[in-house]
Amino acid sequence: MIPGTAWLVLFFLAPLAIIWAISFGENTSLVKTEITGTLDNYWRALSDVVYLKIIWKSLWISLLSTALCLAIAYPISFLISFAKDKWKPLLLMIVILPFWINLLIRTYALIAVFRTRGFANFGLEWIYNTLQLDHLFGAFEPLPLLYNNFAVIAGLVYVFMPFMVLPLYASIERLDKSYLEASLDLGASQSRTFWSVTVPLTMPGIVSGLILVFIPMLGSFLTPDLLGGTNAQMIGNVIERQFKAANDWPFGAALSFLLMYVTFGALAIRSVLSGRKSGMEV
Amino acid sequence: MLEMFKRAPQGPLDYSRRLWLRFFAAAIFVLLYLPIFTLVIFSFNDSKRNVVWRGFTTKYYEKAWNNDSLIEAFVNSITIAVASTIVSTILGAMIAILLWRFRFPFKAAYEGFMALPIVIPEICMGVAMLAFFSRVTGYPTGWMWPFNLSAITAAHIAFTFPFVAIVIRARMAGFNRELEEASKDLGANEWQTFWNVIFPYMRPGVVAGALLAFTLSLDDFVITFFTSGPDTLTFPVKVYSMVRFSVTPEVNAASTILVIITVVLTLIAMRLQAPDKTEVA
Repeated sequence: MIPGTAWLVLFFLAPLAIIWAISFGENTSLVKTEITGTLDNYWRALSDVVYLKIIWKSLWISLLSTALCLAIAYPISFLISFAKDKWKPLLLMIVILPFWINLLIRTYALIAVFRTRGFANFGLEWIYNTLQLDHLFGAFEPLPLLYNNFAVIAGLVYVFMPFMVLPLYASIERLDKSYLEASLDLGASQSRTFWSVTVPLTMPGIVSGLILVFIPMLGSFLTPDLLGGTNAQMIGNVIERQFKAANDWPFGAALSFLLMYVTFGALAIRSVLSGRKSGMEV
Repeated sequence: MLEMFKRAPQGPLDYSRRLWLRFFAAAIFVLLYLPIFTLVIFSFNDSKRNVVWRGFTTKYYEKAWNNDSLIEAFVNSITIAVASTIVSTILGAMIAILLWRFRFPFKAAYEGFMALPIVIPEICMGVAMLAFFSRVTGYPTGWMWPFNLSAITAAHIAFTFPFVAIVIRARMAGFNRELEEASKDLGANEWQTFWNVIFPYMRPGVVAGALLAFTLSLDDFVITFFTSGPDTLTFPVKVYSMVRFSVTPEVNAASTILVIITVVLTLIAMRLQAPDKTEVA
């Protein structure tokens, strides 16, 4: 029992503690960092307009992508949960399998779809020419789909959507379907039943899914790096740059701990909300 | 509930038979897999540029096979994955039994601590590993192979064994404690009970957890990217540098091999976990 704890303390907690300590330090030479207890790194992250903009952008991109994930994953989870029992495992597997395929490879696959001479533009050009729009508006201009915010959002949704399905499916599956019958029986329309019965009762799953997807999105590095290029950087890319190219570890450490605090905040919200929910059910 | 079992007409709760919902799900499934399928298909494309199909070839697989640094990275990845799987399966199984079997003060907090490597952003863990191994502890570098991979392996174990613990614990939730009591009643000691009664039940969970750990380790990019040095490239890190450099069918070929390995392992792991669900239900 002790080895696991010891491993986690040594190779997880200790490194994090070091980063935490470094975030209060400053560089004294190229390879030395002195821990001076300064708050300058945090102050810089939260006052410099350049970094504030990137933090703000990371937040809205993650929030928007999380919302899109919910909008896509909810109907899918709903369908799976109401499918025949023999189909459920297969359908779930189809959704979850991509999640196990390497993140890098899935992101790389999207590059081939989105680039100027990629599959998406090919498809659009084909539709454009089939509709003979080229006679009306001139030859097809490939859309710039890669290296912008659109690519990052599409990539994040593509990569994390399967992760959203699991908690949603679990809570829709647990939903007592006779409540829906009762609601329909008592004269509520399908949409009223959905918004007043199904959604409130599956709220724990929705909250869980939103937070489980939002946290890795906010800290994502690979997707904005490969799909966003220099135009659509997120906080993860800034952290990576501080630790590699810019060699400003204290600032990078402060940024990653800001990210950690947001994570803890999100997790706290989740436990408060789920605690209240179960309290109401009892 | 009766409506659900009627063939026709469609009942008010037959959501799985709504056409628009089916179309939506089908479209999403296609979109999920289309990029991966095209990646696999175009690894056989006889053209440097990745867009138009120019005929079947396996030459990019040969090229990948003859790319020494790619093969070296692949061997590194497999070595790390095997080593970290062994350690993390043992650690994970121990933690799972601890959490399943015993009550102790601050158990909820302890469980939260165990889940921490799963929930915190990967990049935070990555930079923490970088700081820990490179500058602060003065962890020795330049050891001979395979010991130069020990830092990456240690990091991989730290984030994989909590997953293993969760999988095994989920399996143990379905264990009938009366079996254990019966075994002890019949005179078996703790050790015999564990190996003859508890472990056989636990085994599918252990195998599934081990496969999961292997896949996670093999796939990890972000944490490895920060922990690896120039002489300790892993497969994903190597593929990343190839992607940054250029998008060629050789990358597709290398990726396809990794996709096949992970998909096969994941399918086996899922199959092993599947009987668990039916038993509980």
